[in-house]
Amino acid sequence: MSTPSLSINANWLTRSRVGVAVLLVIAYGVIPFTGSEYLLDAILTPFLALALAAVGLNVLTGYAGQVSLGSAAFLAVGAYAAYNFNLRIPELPFLVSLVLAGIVAAAVGLVFGLPSLRLRGFYLAVSTLAAQFFVQWALTKFGWFSNDNPSGVIDAPTLTIGGVQISGAARRYVFSVTIVLIATFLTVRLLAAQSGRNFIAVRDHEIAAKVIGVPLLRTKLLAFGVSSFLIGVAGVLWAFAYLRTVEPAGFNLDRSFQILFIIIIGGLASIRGSFLGAAFIVVFPLLLSRVGAALLGNVFDSGVLEMSQRIVIGGLIVGLLIAEPRGLIALVDRLSARILPKLRRPAPQPISPQNYHSQKGVI
Amino acid sequence: MNVFKPFRLAVLATAIAVGAMLPAKADEQFFPLQSYRVGPYAAGGTGFFGGFIDYLNLINIRDGGVNGVKLTWDEGETQYEVERGVEVYERLKNHPGVAAWNPLSVGIAYAMIDRITKDKVPLITINHGRTDSTDGRVFPYVFPLLLNPYSETSGIVNYIATREGGPDKLKGKKIVVLYHGSPYGKETIPIYKLLADKYGFDLEQIEVPHPGNEQQSQWLSIRRAKADYVVLRGWGVMNPVALKTAQKVGFPVDHIIGNVWSNSEEDVIPAGDAAKGYVAITTQASGAEYPVLQEVIKTVYGAGKGNLDDKKRIGSVYHNLGIVNGILNVEAIRIAQAKFGHRTLTGDEVRWGFEHLQLDPARVEALGAKDLFHSINVTWDNHEGDGRVTFQQWDGAKWKVVSDWIAPDWAFLRPIIEKSSAAYAAEHNIKIRTSDDTPVSQ
Repeated sequence: MSTPSLSINANWLTRSRVGVAVLLVIAYGVIPFTGSEYLLDAILTPFLALALAAVGLNVLTGYAGQVSLGSAAFLAVGAYAAYNFNLRIPELPFLVSLVLAGIVAAAVGLVFGLPSLRLRGFYLAVSTLAAQFFVQWALTKFGWFSNDNPSGVIDAPTLTIGGVQISGAARRYVFSVTIVLIATFLTVRLLAAQSGRNFIAVRDHEIAAKVIGVPLLRTKLLAFGVSSFLIGVAGVLWAFAYLRTVEPAGFNLDRSFQILFIIIIGGLASIRGSFLGAAFIVVFPLLLSRVGAALLGNVFDSGVLEMSQRIVIGGLIVGLLIAEPRGLIALVDRLSARILPKLRRPAPQPISPQNYHSQKGVI
Repeated sequence: MNVFKPFRLAVLATAIAVGAMLPAKADEQFFPLQSYRVGPYAAGGTGFFGGFIDYLNLINIRDGGVNGVKLTWDEGETQYEVERGVEVYERLKNHPGVAAWNPLSVGIAYAMIDRITKDKVPLITINHGRTDSTDGRVFPYVFPLLLNPYSETSGIVNYIATREGGPDKLKGKKIVVLYHGSPYGKETIPIYKLLADKYGFDLEQIEVPHPGNEQQSQWLSIRRAKADYVVLRGWGVMNPVALKTAQKVGFPVDHIIGNVWSNSEEDVIPAGDAAKGYVAITTQASGAEYPVLQEVIKTVYGAGKGNLDDKKRIGSVYHNLGIVNGILNVEAIRIAQAKFGHRTLTGDEVRWGFEHLQLDPARVEALGAKDLFHSINVTWDNHEGDGRVTFQQWDGAKWKVVSDWIAPDWAFLRPIIEKSSAAYAAEHNIKIRTSDDTPVSQ
């Protein structure tokens, strides 16, 4: 298992590295052994898949400033591509199928990214809707994608990696967490390099970026490609590690919106924000429904409870975004700055229009 | 002074509180319910789960449970969405004494097949589900009770044949199947093709994307195709919209045949007079005149424990399906108890009960359900149980039965089912069971 972020250098004992190390120990050393099947299978695995999808969308929307409403389509492309690679070329190791599925999703993403050269903002968002509808239509229309299963549902086969069956909640979780960590680490590296700065330059001022020599076409297509790749891999996790069955309707527009909300609520242009947002979207409704059922389950039926939860969640989101438009991550940073003032590097400066954008580039 | 004393007291208090909250150790059989009372399919969900819970309540109140074993349940809202269904499954599966799962959703059922097989608990998909799970040799824990999608298809085609005056009259007729764009809707595409080849009718299958509240173009295609019959394989809001749109384009409503999920009051009432004369298949009659429903009204609703908010829905199609589902689940437990003892059963023991769920018309009458449904005859290798179907016509106020109990063409369907289940078995390395006693191994 590679834990690459722990490379030793002079000042490796910074706060964030310690944080990462603690997270890794918990993720690999504690959770797989102590977590219940419910926690692993019903909460953490979908959380990881959605978090990776959110990281992908954040690259495109948060960093490169290209709004997309087609995320669910790329999830679907990833899931169905991995299924078909696995089915039609059985010799292929699953990890290769996984990467190939990501590449197929990236290719589809590049095609639907082309309009971004001419369109911006809302117009681009609407044109990415085309991806959403086209992919769902194609998967439903052509039986080949689902191996001519009459109902259009595919059963994901059991994962096998290097002769080890990934069965059981703990193994599926470790598999997901490993894939997500590697993908996230590579994304962080990419964003820290020149290409990441190009993304931010394009987002902040396209013409200025062009003037200083940022290649617009390449940068935008790179953003679409990387983003779709990550979302495609997330789709594989969603289909193979979490649901273990897939139908095209599971990747509808609602899912695209869900991923968009994750990055808005978590924090645009923040990798940690993607994880926080995914945790909020996955865990919070469940928590609320459990609490609601425990407190009021005897008074109201589950339908009424469900409806009231939606109102509560909606209200909380509105409240949160008014109080902290930069998302949960900004809230967490402020809190930790208050609680851990000594360990912390210089406290974040108050946000003003002048330094707003540079703040948003912080990973 | 011991500094830990308050702490110890707290632990003690918690322990007592937890102990008090646990129920006395009575035998209980638990039904985890993946219900949906919210979302586009809430009408089906509230009716079905309402009827199911009403029947479980009846058994608890009237009989004190099944041979003294209380029936309990817990609901988790799924909104008919697969991932919510899976979440509820993971949440409730470790509850002690799980009897069976009844998700009433093809998508959720598909996602559960692996999981319940591993956990050895039956999965009941009454009137729907994966057709080849009828083959109990390959799917030991899955039960598409009463009517699987292929039998339903065969029943509908047989009915159209009797309307036309015999199977040979189907030749050259044009039948359009309007299906819901979901796993459930697509399940019957191949079998309609087979039956079209067998009887020589022209077939066109048209998809309506979920949820189906816009069907203008589909009905214009139907007009253009000059269809003799339209089979409506709908679900939820798609059904009333189909009936209204049919009226708009001038298609005669009595030539629209609804399938088993397009046959409820909730499907026709919103369509108003566009639904008058509409015919639909059913496995269970509607109405509240059957003795078992009278008892539910008297005992359960009389005690203020009825599950339906709107009492007018008692005896509606979905409510009655829930009641029939309750009867089948409870009788399976009773049959299993006769073999294993009057106690909380394991999922595998309940599976044995379902595999011996044989209710002949006399037993159905004793249960107060004569004419509500016909009979069922589940065996270890036939998990559907040869349910009969009947056809009902909407007269604007209620459903009226317009046919006898019709038997689908099981002999014709069985080889197709076995072919499909054999492919599944090969794909998943499942050893095909050869007899009742073969231990179920996965």
